[in-house]
Amino acid sequence: MSTTANDRPAMGLRTGDAPVSAPPSAGAKKLGGAVGWVDDRLGPAKGVNYLMKKVFPDHWSFMLGEIAMYSMIICLLTGVFLTFWFVPSAGHTVYDGSYVPLQGVGMSEAYASALNISFDIKGGLLIRQMHHWAALMFIVALSAHMLRVFFTGAFRKPRELNWIIGCLLSMLALVEGFAGYSLPDDLLSGTGLRAAEGFMQSAPVIGSYLAYAVFDGPFPGEAIIPRLYSVHVLLLPAILVGLFTAHIVMVAVQKHTQYPGPGRTNNNVVGFPVMPVYAAKAGGFFFIVFGFIALISAIVQINAIWVYGPYDPSPVTAGSQPDWYMLWADGALRLLPGWLEFSAFGYTLSLNVAIGALGLIPVVYGAMAAYPFLEAWVTGDKREHHLLDRPRNQPTRTAIGVAAIAFYLVLALAGSNDILAIKLHMSINDITYFFRAATFLLPIVAFWATRRICLSLQRADRNLVLHGRESGRIVQTAEGRFFEVHEPLDEYTRWKLVGFEGQEPLQLTAGTDAHGVASPAAGKDKLRARLSRLYFQDTVQPVTPAELEAAHHDGHAHEAIEGGSAAELEAGSSSGHH
Amino acid sequence: MNALAVRRRHPAAIFILLLLGLIVTGAGYAALAPKQATAATASADQIERGRRLFLTNCATCHGKDGLGSPVGPNLAGVGAAAVDFQMGTGRMPMAEPGVQAPRGKKVTYSAEEIADIAAWVASLAPGPAVPDAEYTTAEGGNAGRGGEIFRVNCAMCHNSAGAGGALTRGKYAPKLTDVEGRHIYEAMLTGPQSMPVFNDNNISPESKRDVIAYLKTMDEAGSPGGMALGSLGPVPEGLVAWVFGLGILIGAACWLGQKGA
Repeated sequence: MSTTANDRPAMGLRTGDAPVSAPPSAGAKKLGGAVGWVDDRLGPAKGVNYLMKKVFPDHWSFMLGEIAMYSMIICLLTGVFLTFWFVPSAGHTVYDGSYVPLQGVGMSEAYASALNISFDIKGGLLIRQMHHWAALMFIVALSAHMLRVFFTGAFRKPRELNWIIGCLLSMLALVEGFAGYSLPDDLLSGTGLRAAEGFMQSAPVIGSYLAYAVFDGPFPGEAIIPRLYSVHVLLLPAILVGLFTAHIVMVAVQKHTQYPGPGRTNNNVVGFPVMPVYAAKAGGFFFIVFGFIALISAIVQINAIWVYGPYDPSPVTAGSQPDWYMLWADGALRLLPGWLEFSAFGYTLSLNVAIGALGLIPVVYGAMAAYPFLEAWVTGDKREHHLLDRPRNQPTRTAIGVAAIAFYLVLALAGSNDILAIKLHMSINDITYFFRAATFLLPIVAFWATRRICLSLQRADRNLVLHGRESGRIVQTAEGRFFEVHEPLDEYTRWKLVGFEGQEPLQLTAGTDAHGVASPAAGKDKLRARLSRLYFQDTVQPVTPAELEAAHHDGHAHEAIEGGSAAELEAGSSSGHH
Repeated sequence: MNALAVRRRHPAAIFILLLLGLIVTGAGYAALAPKQATAATASADQIERGRRLFLTNCATCHGKDGLGSPVGPNLAGVGAAAVDFQMGTGRMPMAEPGVQAPRGKKVTYSAEEIADIAAWVASLAPGPAVPDAEYTTAEGGNAGRGGEIFRVNCAMCHNSAGAGGALTRGKYAPKLTDVEGRHIYEAMLTGPQSMPVFNDNNISPESKRDVIAYLKTMDEAGSPGGMALGSLGPVPEGLVAWVFGLGILIGAACWLGQKGA
């Protein structure tokens, strides 16, 4: 090679030159090095640049979804570890591992391998517990995230589709969780599968065919564990990750919602760009979640499969409960009375099981998915919303949400009725009767109470805006009168209290046309107007600038603090009495 | 002092105070609470002494002949094992009427007194005797086999971890941790309260010993995964996830949310 240099002495003239290279591309100029190399070939710089500059608003409640996302990632990571050792087989084996109380006991290979992971594989128990705790936290966090989205109205146009995807994610997460805790083939998980088989059989007409198809014959058979395994590690994770990606992409495309505040409008997003602030926060939060789940897994035992023992269709243990997210469905079963089972013409219709086991989850999730459309129809609000509601400013929606929580809570507690009975020293029968009534009554009470609380809070806000904060400073006037000085709010605080929209019920259009002929949609319109009235009944309007002006200039603003409406306040202050 | 005064309105102050209060109360209680008395085992049967003890302590409910009354069952034929179980675990004499006699916090009668009463009750009619120590210590028992017997016969009420479970109308199956082997054996033999009898034809003495061995090895194995949360399964686990899991992570989110750029 070097010999050629001697053959061309003219080359020596260029020894001082800078080495020649290809002109860098636009991307490489900015990014340089290895990143530029990748950008030259695949060109992601533009898209990455867009993403890095994307602005996200900052609020703790916007991070609930992040907790769910990170928990899911932890589940995926720890799940991979578990697949290295888990044997998804119902084949028979005799345990000879290191857990003494089960030595010499016959069991399935699935259960034996789960015991091996727990006791004989280094770090196995910790990873198993992390997998389970992360799964619980995944569904806890996504539920909390869902509640945040609901109560702040983030599901409104244009985000209805993403709300539906969220509902699907939530429902599939329940199924994924159930499939997961059914795999180890311990006594508790087998009891859960036996219950699931019963649920399938309670389906009218197709019940027994369905159960035989799923279990490949009579219960328990050998097929269910490998089948559940495919569903748990392959099918559902793929769907979950796919839907989750769509969920996130839609957030990026539609932009994140924000809480109202100074400078925040329906057309902007006030916050930090992804790079560097948000990336640092989100990245840091991932490690916080990971660290927390590792910590709780290290100190709190979860799903002690060795205590339950291997599955055998004859025994069942007291305190057989599903994981918390299935408790409400189990609770519905515990509450449904036995007389809902009917027999006719040699067929049995087990509505006592079917309503809770097959009907509840699809009906409730269907209602959840439909809610954005129902609300838009009732309120007649078809506009885009990027500013969130304070829950109190939507009393009826908030009340519906709290009523739903009350319903859910009653069912979940009913699913724990035996634990409640022994821990609270109460009769399980009385607890069950109480919950049967509470299923219907408590949501009504919760609806009414929440609505009144929201309206009261709104009125309190109005008072605060109009008359300021009670300073606690009592002043005596020259004439000897006493009054308490009220400090006006600063503008930032006030903005939060007045920056929402006033709402009015829909006006009922005339049910007849000009010729007195009833319109075909008259009935529907009437229902809609009635619902709209219910929705906006007693609504409290935000303070208008004019009202604020009036309150400040009447000279006696400090004296009127008890009135409810602006009219009362004016009357109160002019009379000089409080 | 000044530094304290500055911080007394800190949002965490109330929680710290509460926590301190709880710790002080708890530590004080733990230090001052009366300790459980332990009864030594011995055996002496003096029927006449037993009858006199019975008349003063048991006859109010069970009748002076031990043949029962409207408020207490007939004791003819329950045997010495039943007396040893009921009195040895502090269930009898019952402190107050209720759906079920709870396990006593302390046993008020000495082993001799219990043995005396047992001897007198056994003299009323033939019944199961206090079991031989050969079968009531875990020694020689097969824990694995005992576990299978336990899950098939006992777990549906007592829970697979022996943590106890609910029965109808406020009755319950008590938890089985920290119970003497002899009392477990006697409970199977005599079927106290709501429990069915598992006589020697149902579960042989050797099998009963296996069950006792299983419960003992379970006690010894402890909870390898950390805090067991009362061994009550998914309900307390879900509660921990909601209260501590979500609570702490929301705390972290608030902290991150405050850290502006």
